[in-house]
Amino acid sequence: MPYISNTDAERRQMLDRIGVGSFEELIAAIPKKLRLQEPLNLDAPLSELELARRIQERTCGNVCTQKANSFLGAGVYDHFIPAAVDTIVSRPEFFTAYTPYQAEVSQGTLQFIYEYQTMICELTGMSIANASMYDGASAAAEAILMAVRRNGLKKAVLSASLHPEYLKVIKAYTEGIGVELVLCETAAGLTSAEDLSAKMDDSVGSVLIQTPNFWGNIEPMRELEELVHKYPKALLIVAVDPISLAILKAPGSYNADIVVGEGQALGNSMYMGGPLFGFFASKLDMARAMPGRIVGGTLDKEGKRAYALTLQAREQHIRRAKATSNICSNQSLCTLAATVYLSLMGREGLAEAATQSTQLAHNLAGKIAALPGFSLAWPDTPFFKEFAVICPVPAQQVIADMLDHGIYAGVNLASFGQNEKRLLIAVTEKKTVAQIDEYVEALREMHYE
Amino acid sequence: MSKTIFEHSVAGRRGATLPQRELDSKIQDLISPEYLREAAPRLPQVSEMDVMRHYIKLSHQNHFIEKGLYPLGSCTMKYNPKSHEALARHSCFNNIHPCQPESTLQGSLEMLYELQKDLAEISGMSQVTLQPVAGAQGEFTGIKIIAAYHQAKGNHHKTRIIVPDSAHGTNPATCSLVGYDVVELRSNARGRCDLEHLKSIVDENTAGFMLTNPNTLGLFEDQIEEIAAIIHGVDGLIYMDGANLNALLGIVQPGKIGFDVLHFNLHKTFATPHGGGGPGGGPVGVVEKLVPYLPVPLIGKNEEGYFFDYGHAGSSIGKVHTFYGNFAVLLRAYFYIKMLGAEGLRRISENAVINANYLMALLREHYHIQYAGPCMHEFVADSLWQKKEHGVSTLDIAKRLLDKGFHAPTIYFPLIVPEAMMIEPTETESKESLDAFAAAMLEIAQECRENPELLHEAPLTTPVRRVDDVRAVKVLDVAFPIED
Repeated sequence: MPYISNTDAERRQMLDRIGVGSFEELIAAIPKKLRLQEPLNLDAPLSELELARRIQERTCGNVCTQKANSFLGAGVYDHFIPAAVDTIVSRPEFFTAYTPYQAEVSQGTLQFIYEYQTMICELTGMSIANASMYDGASAAAEAILMAVRRNGLKKAVLSASLHPEYLKVIKAYTEGIGVELVLCETAAGLTSAEDLSAKMDDSVGSVLIQTPNFWGNIEPMRELEELVHKYPKALLIVAVDPISLAILKAPGSYNADIVVGEGQALGNSMYMGGPLFGFFASKLDMARAMPGRIVGGTLDKEGKRAYALTLQAREQHIRRAKATSNICSNQSLCTLAATVYLSLMGREGLAEAATQSTQLAHNLAGKIAALPGFSLAWPDTPFFKEFAVICPVPAQQVIADMLDHGIYAGVNLASFGQNEKRLLIAVTEKKTVAQIDEYVEALREMHYE
Repeated sequence: MSKTIFEHSVAGRRGATLPQRELDSKIQDLISPEYLREAAPRLPQVSEMDVMRHYIKLSHQNHFIEKGLYPLGSCTMKYNPKSHEALARHSCFNNIHPCQPESTLQGSLEMLYELQKDLAEISGMSQVTLQPVAGAQGEFTGIKIIAAYHQAKGNHHKTRIIVPDSAHGTNPATCSLVGYDVVELRSNARGRCDLEHLKSIVDENTAGFMLTNPNTLGLFEDQIEEIAAIIHGVDGLIYMDGANLNALLGIVQPGKIGFDVLHFNLHKTFATPHGGGGPGGGPVGVVEKLVPYLPVPLIGKNEEGYFFDYGHAGSSIGKVHTFYGNFAVLLRAYFYIKMLGAEGLRRISENAVINANYLMALLREHYHIQYAGPCMHEFVADSLWQKKEHGVSTLDIAKRLLDKGFHAPTIYFPLIVPEAMMIEPTETESKESLDAFAAAMLEIAQECRENPELLHEAPLTTPVRRVDDVRAVKVLDVAFPIED
């Protein structure tokens, strides 16, 4: 039997030592009529070899981004990952360990989380980061809940330039405690300062703005920050792409109160969108209102440097119904990948990845905009590595036609309830100019006009 | 203690290379300087070998399953099969994007569809969502579903959820997050729910009941039928915390004995790696009447193939994850079920129960065990005798176990047992490994009698000595002060 060491003979010896005649005696507490009378209706078991064959068949049903020329983004990105990341992440010492409850035999995990927290603080310009949340969406939702804990104001303003799926998750997370969500309109692909001004008042507890936003556009954060902080209690929550922070201003520099984001792009494969991880950072004075695990440096009894989980009095295993969140894990292994990735890339490498992504994205955008019938959705709006174009036909058709050429042309914004002619295109440093030209040529040959 | 990666930094070192730039456009011409950062983030500047040596060195400071027994109660630290790791890393799994057209994801969708069905069968539920990415998020999803059910029925007066005093902390925390008030239920002298107390606190305002079964004492809640009758009698719903499902595979289908909603912990029951705290997986199964409230999308199948099914979006609780949950974790659970089949899964639970009872039999004369009788997959011992007679606490015993090469059990939980040590060996441990753990526990019991001071000093052989976690709170140090 797979995964069980004990033989039937040993099982017999153990039952003897327990002092029962059969396994059934051990489960006497389960009333007989509650027990399953038949075996479960599942497929017959497969050996490792048979399973591998089956998986080989199944994977043939997938067309991965290695086989296609992909320009998909919308929150999950295909950035370069150095091979050494997987070597570290595959170490059983890391991936079969549990939560570091016994600090003395978990220093490896505790220290990399501390390093991870440091890197997130450095990227975002904030003072404290937790050990991570499930994804960017739940991190954004938890940020709104944290703002409510801080100022007691149950109204949050969200820019309509936010990832639409984040909005759905935020709604699910915040409706239970009665947070009113107000959507701020956009203009030219950016949060409308005019509408934000109109939506602000003393009852607003937090404002959530994503930059680069869902469409890849860079928000005018200085101006928006001023509008938010005119109201002294209102907290500014910023959702960011961590790769962009190699070249774009850190949210701490424009006085953000809480910074969250999707961390997958930092050394984690796409895996059809999971696992992801959400990073979560804030100003230091909010430490005790934070959700999730936090690792702190301390000393052992001999005065040696050591690490431990800290501020645990916020958490569910101690506070129960009064905890800051119900979360009792983090996306630990994903943050290990991020930590190793950021170490390998270093300050120059990360900036180079961000710069090349920007260059290539702008190159593609210029070439598409020059095609008859196509235009950028917002030609004068600054963007990072992702941009929206307006197609002469529904984006759905462009995507299907391009797929015939082995190209994932982009994300159909209609699938997020937005304009059906808009296509969202992402470019990372993994793309070459040749691949970009292949895209442009394929599109030109469609002759939609 | 090890230096941090920042302390290995040397200006100019690089650990990864990128292609030469193909384009010569200047970043300042593409993005206005007002948005640009003045100085690059001060990430470490280290070579690949620096990085490898640093993190391998850190890895040596961890306990992990391949090193030794990891008897954390309710955490189900079983062995994680390596074939599953190899298969999950297939480039057609890790290089697929969630926004690809469904026609290019048929292999993945087929597996997820089968996993939905298999988990429904294992739990006796009608349908399963694979979206929640952790047990606690599964709880959140499940309680949201209960709230949606009551909302649809106009049960606006139902504001309370009952949670036993032996429950995991996530249960009451989840209720609060969804907006419910928590009413705590007492345990009886047999370590089960106190039915009389339950009757006295259930009323029209009861929205639901959260129960872990087997409970955190490792005991099957044998009055589940009566409990179900009481809760269903006021149109309440019963949530099963599936943390301990490893005891029930092929033995009991929770959906057939009164439970309405349950979450699975894939990283416990289905052997997906814990990863030092995540990523996990927390699928949720529900009975027929709650299917309309499951998160969107489910994985559907029609004549054209497999697809993301948003058919019930109007009644659904919405979404709890940006995309479709932790696909890479779901894959490993799929592999596990496919390799074990019905008989294999039942053997898993049988051996988990036998291993726990065997270990309890070896320890019971040396450590106090409050709730006697056979246990399911885990049991709770305590240090009552050692504390009273030798002044040695459960914390001391836990730390001493680290010296002997074992991880400690879950300690000081459940809260209803003072000085608790909650022990779950799991089915993957062999008899000799259990014998060795028991021998270490017996040695410790002897050390308590002969040299209690040694136990206060423990651990002595670990990478660091006892860690001062009070100082970690008092002198808050959550990020390394990077110089330069």
